[in-house]
Amino acid sequence: MLAQMKFHSYTVAAYLAFNFKRKRIETMIKKFLLLVVLLAVSLSATAGAAVGTLVLDGSTTVGPLAKTFAAYFTKKYGVRVTVSESGSGNGAKSLINGSCTIATMSRAMKAAEIAAARQKGVNPVASVVALDGLAMVVHPANPVRSLTKAQISSIYRGSITNWREVGGPNARIVVIQRESNSGTEESFKELVIGKGVAIIGSAETQSSNGSVKSRVSTTLSAIGFLGHGFVDGSVKVIAVNGILPTVTTVKNGTYPVSRPLYFYTNGQPSGVVKQFVDLPKSPEGKRMITELGFINR
Amino acid sequence: MAGESGGECNRTNVFVVSARKRTMQKLAKKTGESLLFAVASFVAVIVLFIFYFVARDAVPFFQIRGFSEFFTSSNWYPADDPAQFGALAIIYGSLMVTLGSALIAVPMGVAAAICLSDILPFSIRQYAKPVIEMLAAIPSVAFGFFALVVLAPLLQNNGGPMLMWAWWILVSPFMLLAVIVLSDLLTTKITEPKRREQLHIFFLIFFGLLSVLFLFKVGTVLYGIQILTGTNALTVSIILSFMALPTIVSVSEDSLQAVGRDIREGSYALGATRAETIIKTVLPAGSSGILAAVILGIMRALGETMVVWMASGNSSQIPEPWFNYLQSIRTLTATIAGDMGEADQVTGSARFHVLFAMGLLLLVISFVSNLVSERIVVRQRKILSGQ
Repeated sequence: MLAQMKFHSYTVAAYLAFNFKRKRIETMIKKFLLLVVLLAVSLSATAGAAVGTLVLDGSTTVGPLAKTFAAYFTKKYGVRVTVSESGSGNGAKSLINGSCTIATMSRAMKAAEIAAARQKGVNPVASVVALDGLAMVVHPANPVRSLTKAQISSIYRGSITNWREVGGPNARIVVIQRESNSGTEESFKELVIGKGVAIIGSAETQSSNGSVKSRVSTTLSAIGFLGHGFVDGSVKVIAVNGILPTVTTVKNGTYPVSRPLYFYTNGQPSGVVKQFVDLPKSPEGKRMITELGFINR
Repeated sequence: MAGESGGECNRTNVFVVSARKRTMQKLAKKTGESLLFAVASFVAVIVLFIFYFVARDAVPFFQIRGFSEFFTSSNWYPADDPAQFGALAIIYGSLMVTLGSALIAVPMGVAAAICLSDILPFSIRQYAKPVIEMLAAIPSVAFGFFALVVLAPLLQNNGGPMLMWAWWILVSPFMLLAVIVLSDLLTTKITEPKRREQLHIFFLIFFGLLSVLFLFKVGTVLYGIQILTGTNALTVSIILSFMALPTIVSVSEDSLQAVGRDIREGSYALGATRAETIIKTVLPAGSSGILAAVILGIMRALGETMVVWMASGNSSQIPEPWFNYLQSIRTLTATIAGDMGEADQVTGSARFHVLFAMGLLLLVISFVSNLVSERIVVRQRKILSGQ
């Protein structure tokens, strides 16, 4: 009898507790559903806006230019543009995988990359954005003013190891290069050292123009190379074959270490993509290119 | 009577459960147990899967290029044509910074652990240990940034003086201790008090002068060193040792605590001094835990990527001479991180698979060292328990 009573009271208590809980659970579920609906609405709203979104990926050298273009483009046409900088090689890869609309590259696509793209049904089309001189930079306190292309090549191949050999102080040269997915590195190799020749193993490897600059500006006996747009007062630009990289020398081709920068698209650009790729031809685009230290074609 | 029987009835109701309820309980027990077992085995399976997937992508590299180039050549030119995949210098770089950081972090960490567990009063230890453990919470990219922006230029510009001061600060207390202990030990056998006193003072002065001379000599040599590049193996070793320190301190302090009060008091009761107790009793008793701490710390240093990628200079070379910590090196982890972006099947499969070969090598190194330390810990326990 008593046990039954007890049992009864337990069940009542349990029922009450359950009921109470159920109410809470119900409100929780309601809140959750509301949240889901809100999320879905907001997502679809952004998806609606994302119709005209441009995705750029690639070179860290082209990065500042692409970002400035993107800001201008968004302001003018209301099209969202996202810019990633993961290196020219990654830009090519993204275009091939279809994860970007425009690949920004500081070198031309390699034959292997084009072949891989064709295999995936992607047809890479290049358009030149601007020209860029690769500036050879040293520490501001370094007295060396000019090197020949052959001397630079010897330094990077390891046959010249002391600044004394090229008219500088008696100090070992700290050679700084970029890592292997850098378009700047590839262009440098192609323009200065020649294909198939290896840079010495003791060369330090940095992952961006910015880190090369910071290393050179803090290391007395360092030599490195930067995109012309990245040069500032913290490093000293030296002349190559007696010619300093300037707008004139790069444009007329007398500066030996210069290269074009590219936008790569899948197929001939059209619509919004074409508008973006054609920006460098407009007066506004030309102004932005000059402001960032790149050179108009 | 009724109440009593009701109570009885109640008790039996509580303790004797029906057959159905019992099977339910059994079922619940089995479900709970198997759930826990599943979670535990899931962790083990993850390890196996990582091994499997890394090995699956590593094996093709050895099939394409063979073993000898990878392990014997230092020519690392994965992007060139023809490509070269000599990883010897990179493997050497990894081992070099790991050893360097262990050389700095292990003595420091163990000393700090002894200080925390046996010397500092409890009230200070309570605050000191969490502060040291805070070091582990600092993200590695912050350490890397510090190394690149602060430590590297500092070493580059004032390398010699900094090395000399570090030498003086780190070594002179040990020298002082050594001089005192040595002159003490040399004179304990002499029974005549006056003669012992005289000899003691003589030894103190003699060894003191000798050690000061030694300190100065090495100090001036260090002072003259010009550090060419700040992003070198030494910078990385120093930063990595900071990162390994909290692990080493925390784990070895725990193991020293676990030694227990009774053993320490036993040692004091036998007339041992505090130094003797620490060196001859506490340290051997806690040695297996300390070893585990050291292995954990070393693994942290070996596996660290961001700091070495930012601050080691990333040049694929074996320093000249081989023990020169003042040159740039490149490690396995930094190579994997740096080359992964470019190395796709698109651009050549050997270049992609070589990174997995490096990952596999790292896995194997940490696996083997874990196994070895496990063995040593087991053996140590056996010796200590007198079997």
